[in-house]
Amino acid sequence: MRSSRGARSSLIRFGGTMHELSLALSIVDLAAEEANRRGVKVHAVRLRLGPLSGVVKEALLFSYALACEGTPLDGSRLVIEEVPVVVHCSRCRADREPISMQNLRCSVCGEPSFQLVQGSEMEVVALEVE
Amino acid sequence: MNGPRLIEVRQRVLKQNDLLARALRERFRRAGVCVISLVSSPGSGKTAFLERTLGEFVRRYSVAALVGDLATENDAQRLRRSGARVQQIATGTVCHLDAAMIERALEDWSLEELDFLFIENVGNLVCPASYDLGEELRLVLMSVTEGEDKPLKYPTIFNTADVAVITKLDLAAAVEFDLEAAKAQIHAVRPGMRIFEVSAKSGVGLAECWRYLEARRLSSA
Repeated sequence: MRSSRGARSSLIRFGGTMHELSLALSIVDLAAEEANRRGVKVHAVRLRLGPLSGVVKEALLFSYALACEGTPLDGSRLVIEEVPVVVHCSRCRADREPISMQNLRCSVCGEPSFQLVQGSEMEVVALEVE
Repeated sequence: MNGPRLIEVRQRVLKQNDLLARALRERFRRAGVCVISLVSSPGSGKTAFLERTLGEFVRRYSVAALVGDLATENDAQRLRRSGARVQQIATGTVCHLDAAMIERALEDWSLEELDFLFIENVGNLVCPASYDLGEELRLVLMSVTEGEDKPLKYPTIFNTADVAVITKLDLAAAVEFDLEAAKAQIHAVRPGMRIFEVSAKSGVGLAECWRYLEARRLSSA
C-alpha cells in the first residue's frame, strides 16, 4: 500500500489534469476542517451539484475516494444531490426548468431565458457525522 | 438514535476562489483597468486574436497580457512582439487559471497605469468554466474548423462567458462552416449572447470587436 502522505501529495501535484481532483481535495479539506472544529467523525459529505458547475459527477466521485486517503475522512462517502437548471422566464414571470442545458428556453412557453436562477452550484450542504 | 446525525455546512467548494476573484475585480475597478479574459479549446486562435488586438491597442492604450500555458513560453514570446507587457503563467499540469494565479502574477504590477489587461486562459473548454478570475468580460472563442456544435457540447463555458467570438472566418468556406447554425447553437445555450465573427489572418471583423471592447472599458470605468 502506498504511504497515504505520498499519495495525497502526488494527488495535489496531479490535481490539475482533471480539475475534479483539485475540487475533491478542496471538499475534503473543507469537511475535515469543519469536523475537526466540532470534534466529530464524518461518515458522508453531502454536496449539491448543478449541471452548469462544470464538474463531471463520476470524475468527482472517483477523485473523492483518492482525496480522502490519509485524512480523517478516509472511508467516508460523497453523496451528490444533483439540482436541475432553473431559469427565470420573463414571459411567464416565473422560475422554470429550461428545455435542456443545451436549450435555455422556458419549458412551458418556449421563451429564451437570459437569467440563470440555479444550476451552477457546487456546494457542501451538510456532513453526516457520528 | 436512528440515521446519521447531520451538521449543516452550506459552503461553496470554490468559495476561496470566488472571494479572491471578487477582491481582484474590486482592485481592477479601482485601478480603472478593463480586464478581459479569453477561453477556448486548444488551437482556436486565442493567441492570434490577442496578437492582433495587442498590436492595435498598444498604439492607443496602455495594455498588457497574462498568458496561461501548461508548459511553454511560446505564446508569451509571440505576444511580446506587439510591445505590450506580457507575463507567462506556467500552470504545469493544471488545466485552468484560477484567481490565486492571477493575483500572484500581478503582485508587483501597477495596475493604475493600465487601460486594458488581457488574460489568455489555458486552452480547455471544461475546467476554466468553474473559475472566476475577477475579469470584467470573458470572451469564448470558437473557430470555424471546430464545427458548429461546440456550444452544445460545452454549454457551461458558453454560459459563463459574456461574448462569443467565432474565429478563422477566412477558412469558413473551405470547411463548409454554417455560420447561421453556429450562431443559433450559441444562442440556444446562451440566449442573447453577443457574437463577433473575425479572422485574425485577414483582419475581417476585428475592428467591430475592438470597438465593443473599447466601449466596454468606458462603460465599466
